[in-house]
Amino acid sequence: MAKLVFLGRLEDVAGGAEREVPGGPLAGVLVTLESDLAAALSADRIRLALNGTLVSDRNAIVLGDGDELAFLPPVSGG
Amino acid sequence: MPSSVLADVRLLTESFDAGAELARFTAAQVEAGGIASFLGQVRAGGGVEALELRHYGPLTLPGMEALAAEAQRRWTLEGLLMIHRSGEMVPGDPIVLVAAAARHRRDAFAAAEFAMDHLKSESWFWKREKVGGQWSWIEPRPVDFEDKRRWDAAG
Repeated sequence: MAKLVFLGRLEDVAGGAEREVPGGPLAGVLVTLESDLAAALSADRIRLALNGTLVSDRNAIVLGDGDELAFLPPVSGG
Repeated sequence: MPSSVLADVRLLTESFDAGAELARFTAAQVEAGGIASFLGQVRAGGGVEALELRHYGPLTLPGMEALAAEAQRRWTLEGLLMIHRSGEMVPGDPIVLVAAAARHRRDAFAAAEFAMDHLKSESWFWKREKVGGQWSWIEPRPVDFEDKRRWDAAG
């Protein structure tokens, strides 16, 4: 299993901060989620971090056992 | 800045005493001719009952440390303090404290402002407010990106 982490407003869409999912290519993982959540996670302005490292090409992501993939909406700090 | 001088960069999940932190930082800066500091706090008004900042462990503190290193690279500093809250806060609580110590004031002012502009626009924090018992996420403001962009050309 891999872990998805939802930051900011994505947590509200997902109904929780994290979710365990079976591994595989990201596109295949997203189609197993609720359609509104999958759409929110696929938006252009959402950045992704795999095991703590930002990923520029989301199409290249293949989740394996123990991987953590974070979905990062635009930040609003300070 | 000599490499022996380390930045003090912290991500805190509990409230902190900004005055005491600044006093302690200042006391250690005997070589500095000046210290510029900025304290951000939770604004009262607009019916805001609470503010919450969320962070992401693998990215947020490492990003703050990289920002501190960049400020140290750009300006000649004697010391740099960067403290940022995560978690739930109420109006009046400190959110962020940045202080830059330098031999001369220009470096101190610029480094502190640079750090703040990047903390606001680039650091890995997500903010929500509670108004009337309801939480809502706060979107970034365009002005925060404009503030940050001023530095991009300044290399």
